Amino acid sequence: MKFGRRTALLLAGLGALHLAVLMAGLFSPYDVAQQNRDLPFAPPTRIHFVDAESGIHVRPFVCDFMDRPDSPGEYSENCDKHFPVHFLVNGVRYRMFGLVESDVHLFGVRAPAHIFLMGTDGYGRDVFSRFLYGGQISLFVGILATALSLGLGTLVGSFAGYYGGWFDSVAMRVAELFLALPWLYLLFALRAFIPLSLSANEAFLLLIAVIGAVGWARPARLIRSVVLSSREHQYVRAAQLFGGSDAYILRRHILPDVHGVVLTQAVLLIPQYVLAEVTLSFLGLGVAEPTPSWGNMLSSLQQYYVLASYWWMLVPGLVLIPVFLGYMLLAGETRSNPNAAHT
Amino acid sequence: MKSHSTNALIARLFLGLCVCLELPVGLTQSMAPREELLTSSNPVGQSGGHLVVSLRSEPKTLNPVTSVDISSREVIAQMTADLIHINRLSQNIEPALAKSWKVSPDGLRYTIELRRGLRFSDGQPLTVDDVVFSFAVYLDENVHSPQRDSLMVGGKPIAVRRADSGTIVFQLAQPYAAAERLFDSVSILPRHLLEAAYKEGKLAQSWGLTTSALQIAGLGPFRLKEYVAGQYLVLERNPYYWKIDQEKHRLPYLDQITFLFVPNADAEVMRFQAGDTDIINRVSAEDYSLLEKDQAARSFRVYDVGPSLEYNFLFFNLNSVLPAQSDISRKQNWFRQTKFRQAVSLAIDREGINRLVYRGRATPLWTPVTQASSFWVNNSIPHPPRSIEQARKLLESAGFSWSHDGDLTDLSGAGVKFSIITSASNSQRTQMATIIQQDLKELGISVQVVPLEFRSVLDRIFQTHDYDAAVLGLGGGDVDPNSQMNVWLSSGNDHVWDIGETHPATSWEAEIDQLMEKQLSTLKPEARKLLYDRVQQIIATNLPVISLVSPNTLVGAKDQLANFRPAVLDPHTLWNSQELFLSGQRAAGQQ
Repeated sequence: MKFGRRTALLLAGLGALHLAVLMAGLFSPYDVAQQNRDLPFAPPTRIHFVDAESGIHVRPFVCDFMDRPDSPGEYSENCDKHFPVHFLVNGVRYRMFGLVESDVHLFGVRAPAHIFLMGTDGYGRDVFSRFLYGGQISLFVGILATALSLGLGTLVGSFAGYYGGWFDSVAMRVAELFLALPWLYLLFALRAFIPLSLSANEAFLLLIAVIGAVGWARPARLIRSVVLSSREHQYVRAAQLFGGSDAYILRRHILPDVHGVVLTQAVLLIPQYVLAEVTLSFLGLGVAEPTPSWGNMLSSLQQYYVLASYWWMLVPGLVLIPVFLGYMLLAGETRSNPNAAHT
Repeated sequence: MKSHSTNALIARLFLGLCVCLELPVGLTQSMAPREELLTSSNPVGQSGGHLVVSLRSEPKTLNPVTSVDISSREVIAQMTADLIHINRLSQNIEPALAKSWKVSPDGLRYTIELRRGLRFSDGQPLTVDDVVFSFAVYLDENVHSPQRDSLMVGGKPIAVRRADSGTIVFQLAQPYAAAERLFDSVSILPRHLLEAAYKEGKLAQSWGLTTSALQIAGLGPFRLKEYVAGQYLVLERNPYYWKIDQEKHRLPYLDQITFLFVPNADAEVMRFQAGDTDIINRVSAEDYSLLEKDQAARSFRVYDVGPSLEYNFLFFNLNSVLPAQSDISRKQNWFRQTKFRQAVSLAIDREGINRLVYRGRATPLWTPVTQASSFWVNNSIPHPPRSIEQARKLLESAGFSWSHDGDLTDLSGAGVKFSIITSASNSQRTQMATIIQQDLKELGISVQVVPLEFRSVLDRIFQTHDYDAAVLGLGGGDVDPNSQMNVWLSSGNDHVWDIGETHPATSWEAEIDQLMEKQLSTLKPEARKLLYDRVQQIIATNLPVISLVSPNTLVGAKDQLANFRPAVLDPHTLWNSQELFLSGQRAAGQQ
């Protein structure tokens, strides 16, 4: 496979983010559900490299938080004591990829100090740790739901395109129906049928199923049109005359033509589906507390005082912008150079 | 010269017109008895000015007989008056339209003397017949008034009879403690405007929002001026109001009150912050700290009035459920154990809830009676501090054990897991549930928090009983224990943990029934207090509801609003609207 430089850069950037999110256990200093009830809405911890007495420190340090007596709920730093940042420290136990169990964290500080790179939320939970773990849900719901809807779309689209007839008519009418429905309301309606108290894993699978099942129509129509045209190729006709089975012809001659479309569609659909998850969780229909997702982390912004007072609660929303931009640019690359992907 | 004479002519014409208009009023006044006005003890203010207040939803009706929603009641309270009123600040009863009253020695007969010479806001006189008519309407089964329930004493409606042109007799079927409080908020209706509709059976439909202002009259400090659907409702000063200040000026001081409809609490805060509204009611603790920061710069003040009557609590589903709900009945084997409920209560960090959810502007609770009812709260109820250790001991003695992973398991070895439903629109309750979730995790109990639409929460609790546990808040209304009868009586409609039992399910519920019935017919407050103390003790021991916290009543108002005395009782701010006035520049500028 050959990529352009831009494609490689984009892939590397997105890959790094996904890897960091996958290895959230290692990169996050705290457990996502751990509530520091003395520190609700603490601002991001400042990392110091310089102090007044001993000058520049090689090892950065943080200071402890202190309640400001004049205004409760606001904090200042108490730099009487320095807490150096340690690397590869032991902390809460976690499981990576659902397999490897470990308690090593990339960085951390000793109690009673805390290191909150992105501050804390209303329960005093570390937003940075929650952001990483939340990405596991949000990004991978996007990717897996895309795989599901493309799988369904390819199946329906190639059958409809290859065989035509009544199946084609029925499948395409149903697809048009799905396209005509406003997807957000459709997701609401679907979600309402499902039991409300779900474990985080069930909710994760459910989100994938719901989002993926609603989104099959557009790729199905695209793939059908590609299959329709490649069905007419001379070599396909020839293979049919030689008695090649339908399965063989689909696999050997037709599906390779579909590759490029599927790939472009995938890159376009992933950010859309990430947004779908964020929207559903934002509205309280996704994974439940205390499991984080970018959507339910943003949902506290529905309250005016949070929006008005604590800027760091916006971080998951801000991160969506470069992620989307990355995917959109990548989609542009694959579209302008469709052969790059499947040669 | 010419213009001067025209002016003079106009002036004379105008004067003549005024005399003509005055004449009939003057005549009736000389014939009618002297007005028996009530002199208010408030500091004297200055007349004029216009107040803007926000309402979170549009009122549904202006009909005092059928209104149920908060917004309607808030507006109607400004337009109507009752015979005996509960002073929202002192929480004691005080005379209103009733000049005085006598109670018979057996406590069964109340003889009320009506103030003479009063007028409705349309100028028509108030008579004893209006009072008799009003009670007939409220007590009529076909009208379906929500007030009817509270006017039934001992299962029978209060009998109302006209004694003479100035007195009414109320006969009760059995002695009823603090019966005077029943009269609060029972608005006296104008018979001349409503009798025709009542006779046609259309009373429930009359006085909708589209009714012309001329067709609506009451005895409150303000009367309807204008209603614009979806935007606002304007009330104007009632010139016939029956209260005067110490300098004999007729109240109210304000010329107008505008109720502005805003979509939600956030919009309400923003409008107040921007200076569009003069008063903000029911501020959340978070918004309070937001407003507190710029109160100096924007010339308003926020007030922490102290503990409210609202008590938030966690409770388990103890209803006898359908066979199809076998999953719930399996979990009820845990919920029904008093030790289980006690362990849950011990594990909950109430101080944490106070700090995280209410910024310290709440009071942790161990009994559903809050410090707002300082007379009724049982202060001898212990406040056990949070103790995971003790909770574990209790669970152990109840036969629970822990798996290798630290998960709590019952006797059959099944893991203890349940869900807590809360209202999604009430972020405080959802936050409380999330804190409880984390607290109970330390006991090895796995809890799921399920925020639902409020209607669906109520439906599950009161109709289908399809839930494990819920966080809910009750309160408001009155401080008197009688207002909580429906919650504590086992047959009550608000007996949340087990709705409408046909007979008490447990011996302690039977004892509560007995105590509540007894306090209802006991007339001495001290004796009632002893009985209610015992009720609180039983609840604190058996924990059908696990009390969490009571939020403080938080409100705000512009600096220049004088005589502003927010209270813990509803409607916190506008209860003394007749005394409110705008001091300083703005009021003067507007005149």
